[in-house]
Amino acid sequence: MKTSVSAEVVVLLAGLLFALGIVGVIIRKNIVFMLLSVEIMLNASGLAFVAAGSRWGQPDGQVMFVFILAMAAAEVSIGLALILQIYHQHKSLDIDNLKEMNG
Amino acid sequence: MEIAFYIAGAVAIVATLMVITRHNPVHALLYLNVSLLAHAMLFYLLGASFAALLEIIIYAGAIMVLFIFVVMLLNLGKETAEQERKWLKLKVWAGPTMLAAILFAEFLALVLSSRQSTYSPAVVSPREVAVSLFREYLIGVELAAMLLMAAVVGAAHIGRHKKLVLHRFLKEEKEREEEKQEEMVL
Repeated sequence: MKTSVSAEVVVLLAGLLFALGIVGVIIRKNIVFMLLSVEIMLNASGLAFVAAGSRWGQPDGQVMFVFILAMAAAEVSIGLALILQIYHQHKSLDIDNLKEMNG
Repeated sequence: MEIAFYIAGAVAIVATLMVITRHNPVHALLYLNVSLLAHAMLFYLLGASFAALLEIIIYAGAIMVLFIFVVMLLNLGKETAEQERKWLKLKVWAGPTMLAAILFAEFLALVLSSRQSTYSPAVVSPREVAVSLFREYLIGVELAAMLLMAAVVGAAHIGRHKKLVLHRFLKEEKEREEEKQEEMVL
């Protein structure tokens, strides 16, 4: 399947989705929603990679997308395990409650 | 086929907006799933059918299921939605949204001021991707395998609960040892 949209439109779409992800990370206090927003950002960067790869007709874009996917899976598994531990210890998912980490 | 691209892009943007504004975690997850499916459509239209399939199978299938399991385990329901409603006030989100909008406007200006290029995406078949993945990027694949292994071990370690010692003598012994240690510390 082929489309003939201009490269700018695809890159702008990826940029817009990435900006939405940033907004989600900043405005949310619930740690689950922050992790979701990080997923949105990873997806947007994957879209940019795939678009660039198909722009030049090279497979490298999709290869990078596969790596992003593997990284996202690893990040999500660790992040969700941490979220479960945080909830068991604090009975809350509010990131402001995690002050004793002194981060 | 341009119209399909624009429709899928609009669906992705609207679904993502809903994700970052919903109060109920389950609703946000379902909207994120829609957004991922729209992404898969975009990939397919860009000629990357392999990436589209991976997006559906791994992202919308596996990673979202993980999220849903955690939301179910934590029992995030109405109370969380209420809390979110309290937290998500105008003065909380206005500033960050404005700053992100400025960043996006800069990005927009940069992209629009660049040379316009006509774009005719080439179809990159899964075969080419596989050949590239297991020839040029083989070291990357092995590193990804190690990363996933480390993630599995790390998640198993972090998610572990403190085990109760079942044997009563062992338990007593352990307690005695702990007491001894405390005395030594004192």
